[in-house]
Amino acid sequence: MTDYSLKVDNISKYFGRRLIFKELAFQINNNGILGISGSNGSGKSTLVKIIAGINSPSSGKVIHSNDNIEIIPEKLHNYLGFVSPYLVLYEEFSALENLQYFSKIRGVKFNTEKISLLLEKFLLNGRQDDLVKTYSSGMKQRLKFIFALMHNPRLIILDEPTSNLDSAGKDVVYQIIEEESSSNIVIIASNEESDLLICKNEIKLEDFKPALSA
Amino acid sequence: MVWKISLFLLMVFVSIAGIAFPIVPIPVKWYEFPLIPGLKENAKIIFFHVPTAWLSVVAFFMSTLYSFKYLKNKNLDDDAKSYAAAQLGIIFCILATITGAVWAKFAWGSFWSWDPRQTSIFALLLIYGAWFALRSSIESEEKRASLSSVYSIIAFLTVPFFVFIMPRIMKGLHPGSADDTNSGPVIDFKMNANMQLIFFLSLIGFTVLYFWMWNIGYKSIIYRDKLNKQNRG
Amino acid sequence: MTNKAYALYQKDFHSEMRTRYAVNSLAMFVIVAISVILFSVGNETITQSLTAGLFWVVIFFSAMSGLSRAFVSEEERGTTLALQLVAAPTTIFSGKLFFNIVLVFCMNIVITILYSALFDSFAIKNFGLFIVAFFFGCAGLAIASTIIAAIISKAGAKGTLYPVLSFPILLPLILTSVQLTLMAFDGSTFSDAKFELAIIICYDVIMLTASYLLFDFVWKD
Repeated sequence: MTDYSLKVDNISKYFGRRLIFKELAFQINNNGILGISGSNGSGKSTLVKIIAGINSPSSGKVIHSNDNIEIIPEKLHNYLGFVSPYLVLYEEFSALENLQYFSKIRGVKFNTEKISLLLEKFLLNGRQDDLVKTYSSGMKQRLKFIFALMHNPRLIILDEPTSNLDSAGKDVVYQIIEEESSSNIVIIASNEESDLLICKNEIKLEDFKPALSA
Repeated sequence: MVWKISLFLLMVFVSIAGIAFPIVPIPVKWYEFPLIPGLKENAKIIFFHVPTAWLSVVAFFMSTLYSFKYLKNKNLDDDAKSYAAAQLGIIFCILATITGAVWAKFAWGSFWSWDPRQTSIFALLLIYGAWFALRSSIESEEKRASLSSVYSIIAFLTVPFFVFIMPRIMKGLHPGSADDTNSGPVIDFKMNANMQLIFFLSLIGFTVLYFWMWNIGYKSIIYRDKLNKQNRG
Repeated sequence: MTNKAYALYQKDFHSEMRTRYAVNSLAMFVIVAISVILFSVGNETITQSLTAGLFWVVIFFSAMSGLSRAFVSEEERGTTLALQLVAAPTTIFSGKLFFNIVLVFCMNIVITILYSALFDSFAIKNFGLFIVAFFFGCAGLAIASTIIAAIISKAGAKGTLYPVLSFPILLPLILTSVQLTLMAFDGSTFSDAKFELAIIICYDVIMLTASYLLFDFVWKD
């Protein structure tokens, strides 16, 4: 395993001229679970998108490095797994077609064994050839986990990972998070008590807001 | 303050001189303009029409320049500068189009005849129009700034093509264009010294006026943004 | 890079086969536009310069009815994020551009065939020149409309904005293509048309370079 490190270096984010958070900094190496909490609209999703390189911060830098070599933004997607409620997969394709196309576009080999293992874990076995539009919201959520994990990412970002899931689904997710966190970094942005319980460290976004009186 | 008053005096002088100085076949006195064959009294449009057309192009360049700067530094102030330049640009562009069309009615017999420069300024109007339509359809300030910056750079890149292909497609009618047979390059040969002087004074006056208006324009946009943000909490 | 972009093209092609959204509306648009022109022309013979102009008018508006789909469909369904997570911006742009180029070429070949069958004045004397002009004209159309499609996919008022934004950008290309088509009708030689050909090739190259450089700013939120 290579050394993977994520360093968030004093980032601030404004929407237009409105401040979302200010001078946020932390670093994680190799493995572990980090929780990000904050009320609705506090910028959790914005922060995880910035970490994933989809949004850019107004100031500061996010540095991903692998074996002490900084990963260029064009390659970052190969190290990332991302799950969120606003992630949508192609409804007109089946689960398997979705995963096949995504691995082709990513340029990695489609690993049939790994996929069937994941399908089994996420209780989707037998439904992989059905179109995604016939899926329930919980099944779609579980499919997103397969989408996020199939290319062995080093950094797994989960924005509200247990939304739309029943208790069986939640148990699977927590178990997977435990497994993955032994060798990879997992970041969870959530307000659910149970999601935050498994986190070793927690960042409260409220701490990075300017005082309201100012 | 002094320069504002002198700008005012300059513009007053240019307006009076441009309109009132007589055109005579052989200029003798300092305030007399020479007769340009084929243009006659119509020649006086040059003092007002050319500066507006010039500024609509300058504003377009500046808008693109600040768009480029925005993409480089992601500073919303650059977007405000680009926007203020484009606002003035479209005003000058409309003025140039109208003054040109009115002049063309008397000089060429019709308001519009798709001369290369008429077509180019029409294209510039279309670009400005499209740019404002794009801006008004985007809510988020950052999105608006970056998308409109990208669009203005792409639009800017098409400008050289207009310059090259228009003369190939249609005959030029403008005084001074290559196909013009009766009045040749106006600025170099047919204008006498005092006409050139008034023309360049007018050009300078309009340009200073433009930069002054642009300065006020972008500052007011920035202040308005800041006030909006404070009001929101 | 090419393989990944090609995979994206395959995905779009497969998706198009399932939904038939762009192809159907494009085909209907071409048929409607050409029949409107046929009705209004009636029994009169139209001049060659008008035919060349109308040919590119139909191409422009057909392109406007179908090409924005490449990016707008991703944005509307919310699948943009999934693409951002699996590929670099250049890959996405290449894939979408490739899809649009294929679409433009199929569409324009159909329009050309219909025109030569239905209009007597659509008589090409210099076939080689027409092919070359057609090729670079279509490529330029596809390139410029792909980057504009990316821009409008992120804006509101998507449908109405597309032709408005594209027209000034495409105007030099269309004017040059009309000139070249006319030259092909006249039977002009390549050396007569070298200026226009140089213009159209420059346009393609400049637009392609600018699109790749600027796409990052459009694609990232």
